[in-house]
Amino acid sequence: MADARIQVAAQIRRGEPFEVKVIIRHAMETGFRLTDDGKPIARNVIRLVTCHYNGAEVFRAETSSGLSANPYISFFVIARDSGELVLEWIDDTGVKGSERAPVVVAG
Amino acid sequence: MRPWWWPVDASIVMRFAQAAGAALAACAVVALTLFSSGATAQARSIALPDLRSGSTYMSADLRTMQGDDFANPGMLWVEKGAKLWNTKAGAQDQACATCHQDAKISMKGVSARYPAFDNKAGKLLNLEGRVNQCRTLRQGAAALPYESEELLALTAYLAHQSRGMPVNVSIAGAAQGHFEQGRAQYQRRIGQMNLACMHCHDWNAGKRLLAENISQGHGNAYPAYRLEWQNAGSLHRRLRACYFGVRAEMPPPGAQELLDLELFLAWRAQGLAVETPGVRR
Repeated sequence: MADARIQVAAQIRRGEPFEVKVIIRHAMETGFRLTDDGKPIARNVIRLVTCHYNGAEVFRAETSSGLSANPYISFFVIARDSGELVLEWIDDTGVKGSERAPVVVAG
Repeated sequence: MRPWWWPVDASIVMRFAQAAGAALAACAVVALTLFSSGATAQARSIALPDLRSGSTYMSADLRTMQGDDFANPGMLWVEKGAKLWNTKAGAQDQACATCHQDAKISMKGVSARYPAFDNKAGKLLNLEGRVNQCRTLRQGAAALPYESEELLALTAYLAHQSRGMPVNVSIAGAAQGHFEQGRAQYQRRIGQMNLACMHCHDWNAGKRLLAENISQGHGNAYPAYRLEWQNAGSLHRRLRACYFGVRAEMPPPGAQELLDLELFLAWRAQGLAVETPGVRR
């Protein structure tokens, strides 16, 4: 279940901030729930979300329980050069996920 | 007590009266009485102008979320369904796309016609049933259980191809019996609360039940992402939640009772646009 969607603005100008929207599919199990027969369900939430823009880290979030399932995150990045955004995340069970999105800078 | 065939909203009758005069109104009442005896099976349950999708009962925020194809979490399932559509499975090593090619063309408008009676199988099939029929008969793969990631993704992807198209099911021929069963189920009082579907969704639609708005109870947005579930879910899951709400015994997903009810609901929602993947509270 490691898929995500990234959306960057269609028109990006050099030197100006552009919005990056991210939605990650993850159950974000809080650890507080029980199964039907009363056994606790182990906590499994996304621990860390990072975003690299042409190799440089531009976003880092240490997340925990309290975030909804399938979290939606958005942030702004200042456009420098055309290239690629690489989003990576890791959850409590150590499962890593990543997704890439191209960035085309005009001007 | 009001008989089941008497309209909740008496204005339906009144509009008739204003348009055609009191004499015609009397005829309309007579016609309605005839309808109650099953004389005209094709008549609508809710007049077309009064038909309201569940999304019209939601807050503006939720409607925006549903309308935005990026923010709508249901699109995660639609995208996963698109991948599965092209993935080979089963002993025959065939993907859905092997036979049906591009779902954007071949599956357009298909989900709006479901549930439908399948002559070969000799039973009523909803979208989930149809996918599983293809899997077991054509692909040689195991049937997917209800509420599994794969089945939700595939059905969401399929129904998404009909988004914006009006629900239009057939209740003719062999489907007639299932339709009648579904209607009877819709009108039957069940559970400790002793309520039938129609007591909320026909008589009290538009009012509130504690903090919730009572909708007309249409399934046109399913499979939908429900915030309460934090997950996508099938119409049968939603129907089971209503059974739970009236404290009745919940039929298992895919039960004949739910299939018949699904057919009746689809007929009742005829003309409403498919919204899959919907977002619901």
